[in-house]
Amino acid sequence: MKVKTDFKYVGTRPIRPDGLDKVTGRAMYGADLNLQGMVYGHIVRSPHAHAVIKSIDFSEAMKLPGVLATMSAADLPEPGDKKIPGGEVDFELKAFSPIVMARGKVFFHAQSVAAVAATTASIAAAAAKLVKVEYDVLPHVLDIHEAARDDAPLLHEDVFTQGVDPVPTRPSNVSAEIELKMGDLDAGFAAADLVIERTYSVPMCHQGYIEPHACVAQFDENGKVEIWCCTQGAFMVRTLTAAVTGIELGKIKVTPSEIGGGFGGKTTIYIEPVAAILAQKCGRPVKIVMSREDVFRASGPVSSSETRVKIGVTKDGKITAMDTDIIMDSGAFSSSPLFPAVMFGTACYRCDNIRSSGREVLTNKPKVYAYRAPGAPQPILAVECVINEIAQQLQMDPIEFRQLNAVNEGDLPLFGVPFQAIGLQEILREAKKHPNYQVALGENQGRGVACAFWINAGMQSSATINVSEDGRVNVLTGNPDIGGSRASMALLTAEVLGIPVDTIRPAVVDTDSIAYSDLTGGSRTTLATGGAVIKAAEALVAELRKRAAALWGINVEEVDWIDGSAVARSGTGLETLNEARANDGHAPATAAKSLTLAQLAAQAGVTGGPLCAVASHNAHNAAPSFALNMCDVEVDKETGKVEILRYTCIQDAGKPCIRPTWKARCKAVLCRVSAGR
Amino acid sequence: MQSVQYAAPTTLAQATQALQGASDAKILAGGTDLLVQMKLGIREPGLIVDIKRIPELTAFTLGEHGLHLGAALTSAILHDDAQVRARYPGFMEALGLIGSSQVQGRCSAGGNLCNASPAADSVPALIVNRAVCNILGPAGERSVAVEAFTTGPGKNCLGSGEILVSIDLPLPAPRSSDAYLRFIPRTEMDIAVAGAAVALTLDAAGVCTAARVAIGAVAPTALLVPAAAEALIGTALDDTALANAAAAASAAASPITDKRGTAEYRKKVVGVLVRRAALIAKARIEADS
Ligand SMILES: Cc1cc2nc3c(=O)[nH]c(=O)nc-3n(C[C@H](O)[C@H](O)[C@H](O)COP(=O)(O)OP(=O)(O)OC[C@H]3O[C@@H](n4cnc5c(N)ncnc54)[C@H](O)[C@@H]3O)c2cc1C
Repeated sequence: MKVKTDFKYVGTRPIRPDGLDKVTGRAMYGADLNLQGMVYGHIVRSPHAHAVIKSIDFSEAMKLPGVLATMSAADLPEPGDKKIPGGEVDFELKAFSPIVMARGKVFFHAQSVAAVAATTASIAAAAAKLVKVEYDVLPHVLDIHEAARDDAPLLHEDVFTQGVDPVPTRPSNVSAEIELKMGDLDAGFAAADLVIERTYSVPMCHQGYIEPHACVAQFDENGKVEIWCCTQGAFMVRTLTAAVTGIELGKIKVTPSEIGGGFGGKTTIYIEPVAAILAQKCGRPVKIVMSREDVFRASGPVSSSETRVKIGVTKDGKITAMDTDIIMDSGAFSSSPLFPAVMFGTACYRCDNIRSSGREVLTNKPKVYAYRAPGAPQPILAVECVINEIAQQLQMDPIEFRQLNAVNEGDLPLFGVPFQAIGLQEILREAKKHPNYQVALGENQGRGVACAFWINAGMQSSATINVSEDGRVNVLTGNPDIGGSRASMALLTAEVLGIPVDTIRPAVVDTDSIAYSDLTGGSRTTLATGGAVIKAAEALVAELRKRAAALWGINVEEVDWIDGSAVARSGTGLETLNEARANDGHAPATAAKSLTLAQLAAQAGVTGGPLCAVASHNAHNAAPSFALNMCDVEVDKETGKVEILRYTCIQDAGKPCIRPTWKARCKAVLCRVSAGR
Repeated sequence: MQSVQYAAPTTLAQATQALQGASDAKILAGGTDLLVQMKLGIREPGLIVDIKRIPELTAFTLGEHGLHLGAALTSAILHDDAQVRARYPGFMEALGLIGSSQVQGRCSAGGNLCNASPAADSVPALIVNRAVCNILGPAGERSVAVEAFTTGPGKNCLGSGEILVSIDLPLPAPRSSDAYLRFIPRTEMDIAVAGAAVALTLDAAGVCTAARVAIGAVAPTALLVPAAAEALIGTALDDTALANAAAAASAAASPITDKRGTAEYRKKVVGVLVRRAALIAKARIEADS
């Protein structure tokens, strides 16, 4: 396959199509929609980390003037053993439904227990305080090691450790175990001159998106539900809301708003089914906005973890064996990125003898959710720290040590798919040359180096392109735009159609207006949704050539699409398609006949009707990405304060669609690094 | 359901009258503490008395008796005055550490003091500047030294119906200056783990003739530490004197352990801050003369 490397629009810096609305405050975020007759929902949350719900009494709350409806888990179907279809793996409904409304028992502090709807937000809040919930408080467990013990308070009677043979007969807070192996670990360590073993833990943190979850739901007399919300995936909201509420999926329409960050934390639902049920009960649209406090207490944080790493090397710096073991805290329900953690922790290094094992443990904390490269940073942090220590002990430059051991094309990682063309060695070479790596360090200053890896996802996406009568183009997708994807979709469309990017209006539309798309996450949108956009644009070009051929009364093979116009080859002096292509993509000056997109659009009525194209795509060509970060810090020895002096991030980005966005993303990563200290 | 009344008196008399009528009234200056607390549900006042329209509460004068500061004056306005910045550099740097530009455009020194957070940044600097609080209440006027104003976390000496009207900072003696330092793990927008203010007077030979040391975030209220000041007076601020002052400050601290830091850490760091603040105040005096 020939790889296209010369682009006219891809890789440029267009004005972001969403920019003006965002900087003027006009953009509509989750909490910004107000409907006629709308009322407000408020959620009652558990004051206990682990308790049996004995009773819920709404009678006092209902007496408050303005209160219209109440709800609890009694208004939702029993999850039983029902599964939610999730593409490749199915999810268990019983791990989702209780996050929306606790059923019989609460498993973490601030879990939602009941809800009320009232005519104003303050009446709803006051009514929520009047809901009487009786609890039987149970002992709770927060620490992963304590939770894994046999005598720990048990969260779920029906969780048996998965991945052990034979299947255990006793329920456990250890919800899953996994081990992957390659080669001969003992022989690998026997061949080592130096072995270092360390344990690192990474605390729980929150994705910390700036916009709290918010939604509005409306029910009509036919049982059709409309939901407006901020989310990473409108179709995901539709699937999960249908499963949790029992409302038919086809009766739910979800419109994603602008989104103020997600970072993996908006890949699930919390409030949408509550708003839907309250709206159904009171016959009015219901808005629910989570407070910042609710977000921190009750929405998915990120797994905390503890990773033990043991690495053996020869004295000339070749890794002979790597052994890692990770324990991940999943909160109250199985949801941690254990599998990626076990698979990807050692992915940067080639080593014949690797073992990687992991356990997922349930504790009385909120159910965890994805966060930027879910599962990878935790074990990679531990591995990279040990690698640095080894380089130090061998008195080798830490980048040179990595150059000696970094994976190359053709190497087989633990997850079993040999690497194709990858850029880790190139990254290391650039890092070594980088001016920041040459700066001499002063007193109390130090320099750290770490590599990183992420697999990247493909999955399903769809796109629709509509051409208006004046030749302007709308490109519609179903992926909420978190990092500038609308600009990317416009650029890809511009590239294929050969028209200026500012004549293209990209939009993210509701679930009734576009075919299914998996959610925005896993770095998949530019690849998979972009792939669907390219396919749709190519289909549109084929159609445009057909329309031009019909107008000219010539064979479609005689028509090329060059620079946004159909060009008839006859009379151009160009004999073949290849010759036209070889003409640098530019319209031949001698073209006898050409029709622009706008001209073709104006005549669409007589050539076969409106111009549009639809495409769907299931991307399987995601390439993994590698990165190197280096950081110089200075320590104040009297206070222990650490200051970041220089931070350098080098990434194998593939082909960035938009230049400034790529840079901004690198900066965003760095902000998170320094803010997270 | 709680409903809130709002009053915006334009005279002190109207304000005291409004306060007397309501048992659950709260005074509103910049609101950067009060409104946040209301949103969090920590406070649910029935009446809010906004004092920002009372002229004497939002005015300041700098004269031969020092700085006379209306309690509700917005920090950003005070900051614009070069003379105040030159006279009280430590107090102004403490006040300037509060929040961000946006917060500075609303908040007041009076609010910082009345809110009575143990970590309030401007309070140690007010203490070393011998500030006096002027209070008006149903029983008339009274004045209190600033170190006696705060009585515990979230508690101050104001009785029911009393308003902090103004704060007086005497003019510093010649060859005097002050400094404030706080420790936060971030670079800005954070609450002090520990704070220290030092005010010094040096003679022509560089010997310290007067000193005041106050520490914050390491006890239920900001503390004046006379022992630390005594360790400095009569010395040329040599290493031993500074170490003694630091040790005295650490000894006076009785911090708690919380998410911002452990008690041991705070005790140690507050001494470091006292030493560094003293050196900054000294450098300021030397630079001026
Ligand atoms: C983002 C942010 C960052 C912050 N950072 C800092 C920081 O770094 N350091 C710091 O110390 N503080 C910080 N604060 C807290 C706050 O900004 C300060 O305490 C500020 O000085 C309060 O002043 P105000 O005028 O806004 O007070 P208000 O909120 O109006 O009032 C505070 C309290 O004092 C009472 N009160 C106010 N004036 C009077 C008066 N004249 N008489 C009697 N009672 C009165 C009020 O009733 C209320 O209880 C921060 C706050 C925010 C929101």
